[in-house]
Amino acid sequence: MPNHSNPQQNRGLTAIDAVTSLLVMVLIVQIWLLSATLDNYLAGHTEAALPAAIVSGLLCATCFALYRFVRHVDREARG
Amino acid sequence: MPDKLKEREPLWREEFSVFKADERYVNRRQLAKFLTLGSLGMFAGNLWILVRGWFRKAPEFARSVVAKAGEIPIGGVKLFQYPKEGEQCIMVRTAEDSYVAYSQKCTHLSCAVYYEHELNRLECPCHQGYFSIHDGSVLQGPPTRPLPRVVLERKGEDLIAIRMEPEA
Repeated sequence: MPNHSNPQQNRGLTAIDAVTSLLVMVLIVQIWLLSATLDNYLAGHTEAALPAAIVSGLLCATCFALYRFVRHVDREARG
Repeated sequence: MPDKLKEREPLWREEFSVFKADERYVNRRQLAKFLTLGSLGMFAGNLWILVRGWFRKAPEFARSVVAKAGEIPIGGVKLFQYPKEGEQCIMVRTAEDSYVAYSQKCTHLSCAVYYEHELNRLECPCHQGYFSIHDGSVLQGPPTRPLPRVVLERKGEDLIAIRMEPEA
């Protein structure tokens, strides 16, 4: 059975764990942003919708970049 | 023949050929994918609110006589339905010539609010949400949004509801 616990793989796992933590934090911010925007919308205020959508889009793009990084690290670590 | 069988990998290992380290990788990658898709969902939700806001039409409210001046005593209340049947509202006479009216539906979980005369405020009995009688704003409790206000106009002895602010 091949040895899958080499140092490179462990480094990769640590990097992926760090990125996953970042992803969780970004997602929490997005959830807060969505609930705040929805609350404002239901209260009859739509001014916050555009900036919230822009920020949410940027955070989503960040998530995709982080996910690409995870895939890259994964591929490299596993050869 | 039995020796050959012994040398072979067990059937379960052939069918579930996932090494523990690989499995950890797959789990992390899948979690990252799930979180990214969740992020995309949040963005879609924000876009949906934005689009709804752009295409939101100002609702038209019918004028409706909801009470007569002097019909209720000072500190008294009257319930009426506005702008549609079944949409319960509460009117309070706060002074000799001052009337206020709000939607009776709590903005938290839609319980009916009532007027608390001693403390001069509106109270939601379900989760102890309190609203100002002057502008419907939240004083305390779980609601985050004010009560929609019914704008009243006085014409002679008639108290006429003309619109809701913000729209219910």
